[in-house]
Amino acid sequence: MANETMEVQEAQKQEIAESDAERTRQRLAFVPRADIYETDDSIVVVADLPGVDEGSVDITLDNDVLSIEGHVEPQVLEDYCLAYAEYRQGDYQRKFSISNKIDGEGIEATVKDGVLRLFLPKAKPTSRKISVTSG
Amino acid sequence: MSLQPFGSFVSPWREMDRLRREMNRLFADLPASAGTAVPGYPAMNVWTNENGAVITAELPGVATEEIDISVVGDTLTLSGTRQPTELPENAVAHRRERGAGRFSRVFRLPFPIESDKVEAAFENGVLSVALPRPESDKPRKIAIKAG
Repeated sequence: MANETMEVQEAQKQEIAESDAERTRQRLAFVPRADIYETDDSIVVVADLPGVDEGSVDITLDNDVLSIEGHVEPQVLEDYCLAYAEYRQGDYQRKFSISNKIDGEGIEATVKDGVLRLFLPKAKPTSRKISVTSG
Repeated sequence: MSLQPFGSFVSPWREMDRLRREMNRLFADLPASAGTAVPGYPAMNVWTNENGAVITAELPGVATEEIDISVVGDTLTLSGTRQPTELPENAVAHRRERGAGRFSRVFRLPFPIESDKVEAAFENGVLSVALPRPESDKPRKIAIKAG
């Protein structure tokens, strides 16, 4: 499987469809592609945000909605003319609704080479299981 | 309908204009990227001036040792491998949108490249390759002699 060449769709970034809540800035915004997986004690989100470093990404968890916002300063090369463009640059925005309860204190986020990794530990269950004995 | 009272000036292009506006409105609702075909991964932008070119590509998550840049004459070949997200054992995947695998793109510039002076930088997932033109190939200003 690793020998297959990349699909063409991967190269195109998907723009967000402005639905009810529009962005205040009239700038281009994209939906970052994300891999999400769940283990026994955590949920991990890995998202592609090229051009973003740790200072330009905002992550908020509000009730059960996780919001990822990345800001990119468009790269403009002085003295050069853009002769051919296959991609555009803009901000990134995506929201996820997290079904499990997440322990908000233990969320960790790292950004490396334009990839954001979010580690969301699940909250410990607060209910206690009561065992029933005969007698 | 273009029923107009007799005597007012009716432009013959009015219907065509209206049709054009309606078509624009129809296509404006589609996402802008629909229909534009990108010939392969990764998408690249090319900046040029008279001294050379700079090619940028977005390659998030690709390690620099997995990217191969080779320059032959006027052709740049960018290839490499993108590793898939590693899943720990007994993890359940909810979404797998990030593709992985080998990629290779060949780009031909309209001028030869001085391969000794090619430089590449990789920052925050964005690769920039500077491709200078050899001195002998740069455009020369030709002075016009008076008289």
